[in-house]
Amino acid sequence: MRLEECIEIRAPRDEVWDFIADADNHPLFMAGLTRWDVKKGKHLKKGSRIDMRMSVGSAQVGSLIEVVECDAPADMAWTSVTGIDQRGRWRLRERGDNCTKVSLRLAYQAPGGILGWVVDQIAARDVRRNVRRSVEALKEQVESGVERARVRRAG
Amino acid sequence: MARDEALPELLDDRDPDYIRDTLPLAWLLATLWHRAEVRGLDNIPDDGPVLLVGNHSGGNTSPDSFAFSLAFASYFGVERRFHQLAHKLVIASPGIGAFLKKHGTIEASHANAEKALDAGAAVLVYPGGDWEVHRPSWQSGRVDFAGRTGFLKLAIRTGVPIVPVVSIGGQETLFVLTRGEALSKALGLHRFRLKVLPVSLVIPWGVTLGDFIPRLPFPAKLTTQVLPPIDLREKFGDDPDLDEAYDYVTGTMQTTLDALADERRFPVLG
Repeated sequence: MRLEECIEIRAPRDEVWDFIADADNHPLFMAGLTRWDVKKGKHLKKGSRIDMRMSVGSAQVGSLIEVVECDAPADMAWTSVTGIDQRGRWRLRERGDNCTKVSLRLAYQAPGGILGWVVDQIAARDVRRNVRRSVEALKEQVESGVERARVRRAG
Repeated sequence: MARDEALPELLDDRDPDYIRDTLPLAWLLATLWHRAEVRGLDNIPDDGPVLLVGNHSGGNTSPDSFAFSLAFASYFGVERRFHQLAHKLVIASPGIGAFLKKHGTIEASHANAEKALDAGAAVLVYPGGDWEVHRPSWQSGRVDFAGRTGFLKLAIRTGVPIVPVVSIGGQETLFVLTRGEALSKALGLHRFRLKVLPVSLVIPWGVTLGDFIPRLPFPAKLTTQVLPPIDLREKFGDDPDLDEAYDYVTGTMQTTLDALADERRFPVLG
């Protein structure tokens, strides 16, 4: 199952990147997250590992994930080490002055052949909703942070 | 490595790849049929041996056990060693026995539980056993370990924490009318460690005697709450009083079960 949600955030790409690269921020905007244990260092970089779970149906599914690509301030990708097979990517692209297009891509596959495929289809609704809410919450968090900074500077 | 240096043989049947492949089926049943919800998994220590102590419901199929097993495997990963203790007749059942063994189920005994804990496993035990699992359905909201303290002795001897696992809804997946303990005794079944011979109302057979034939569970909502660990020595000293510890553990579980029962508005629907 492959999902992608995009959103435009009124903030410079570097600021959006800095927010995403700080592992402590993820519980603030990732919807449905029930576990987010960063194994070492709060700043995400290539090789960072995180134990993450998301509530889907009657289980908290997820994986131990590892950041496998970290190309600041544009792309951060991860893949699963254990748990549910998944790959994901944050993709940040500039859209004019102080505007960034953010894409969150997620590809995952439940084990178990045909039954796993059925689960993927049924669970997709929950997962898609979580992904959508996550990018919306990210926009809100980043834009409110930018606004606070602007007010501080003006004051 | 020689056998006596490796894992005990009885733990060898557990197959993480098999568990992983069967998770989708468990997820479908738990999510769509039972709307199962398992809360508080973060109360279970991230690693090391732990004795998970549950109240037992739902007859021999015990749907809340498989819902919890799904939740445990999803949360901690199939790589974490997890064993469940079950009556030897359940493990000996054709088909289901092999399935359960691959999921880590082992015959209930102190020796087996101790071997699993020594191997660093999380071990799920139901002290109430067949007595509790076949209690009449109108006693669904009652923790009934029948005074059994073996789990406390095991936790004290091995020094592992107890993590209570409290579930509701399982006893509404069938309607047990009576345990039938007098009938079991009259037929001499107690010699096979069968203290009960329940009379139940089940799908599709109607009224049944015993709990040996496959049936379709009622689609009752299952809710499970995992509680914080209890270190018996820390709580009750180096030589804990078993009666005091028993009252504490069962009392804590009963309070939680009462709270879960208060959340339910309708039988079966939850």
